[in-house]
Amino acid sequence: MISVNDLAKKLGLSSHNLDDGDREVTGGYAGDLLSWVMGRAVSGDAWVTIMSNINVIAVAQLTDVACVILAEGVVPGEELIAAAETRGVNLFSSNEPTFALCGRIYELIAPQNGAGEALEAAEAYREADC
Amino acid sequence: MAENETLNFHFDVDGNDFTSAGEASVKVKKLMRQLGFSPELTRRVSIAMYEGEINMVIHANGGTADVYVDEDCLRVVLADEGPGIADVETAMQEGYSTAPDNIRALGFGAGMGLPNMKNYSDEMSIDSVVGKGTTIELKFKVS
Repeated sequence: MISVNDLAKKLGLSSHNLDDGDREVTGGYAGDLLSWVMGRAVSGDAWVTIMSNINVIAVAQLTDVACVILAEGVVPGEELIAAAETRGVNLFSSNEPTFALCGRIYELIAPQNGAGEALEAAEAYREADC
Repeated sequence: MAENETLNFHFDVDGNDFTSAGEASVKVKKLMRQLGFSPELTRRVSIAMYEGEINMVIHANGGTADVYVDEDCLRVVLADEGPGIADVETAMQEGYSTAPDNIRALGFGAGMGLPNMKNYSDEMSIDSVVGKGTTIELKFKVS
């Protein structure tokens, strides 16, 4: 299993609010249309988005995602951070593009779900390369 | 909870405060958890209700949300005194929206609200009069 803490560390995310770092990340979702995200993101997902208005926190709560990751250099405002704190939502940001972040999240999570050793090998290769 | 007793939770949805939209839905989610409803039903109810809340804030300057919990049925009634929906059939189409650009910039107005409410509920009825307001009732079977 991979925890929110592990994910944040491996992806080099900036932490803005950490409520439950031990929570398991079981999947991922990327999207900015909030209604769309609400219908499709599921409990335990790492949700990658460029949307940073306060409604993001409500959607994160309703879908019960494990964490929100603001991608592409989007930085959360004070209001968003305060809402994340009040409502107990794990909130991160990254300068990485959405596509790249999702690729890496997939690599980290897919092997846990038995998707293949090749992905694990790719991760090990990259780590050795660093 | 005594037999045949209906629990009622009432919420006012503030039309002037877009940022507080979702508070009622999150409260309902917590209540449903406490009452022991399944996570799946809790998710459907709270998401459908959130869409309704957002709609009332975007289009109707707020309204009210009532949740009624019976033994075998959970009902959400969303009522507003907004402009009403002229053509309900068109409004129900996925992707159709009359939300202004500033709302779209917030990630709403994708024309998913009413379709999501329909998809997540077991039964949905819309009672709307142009110039008077809209009342939407969502029913969820409790298995």
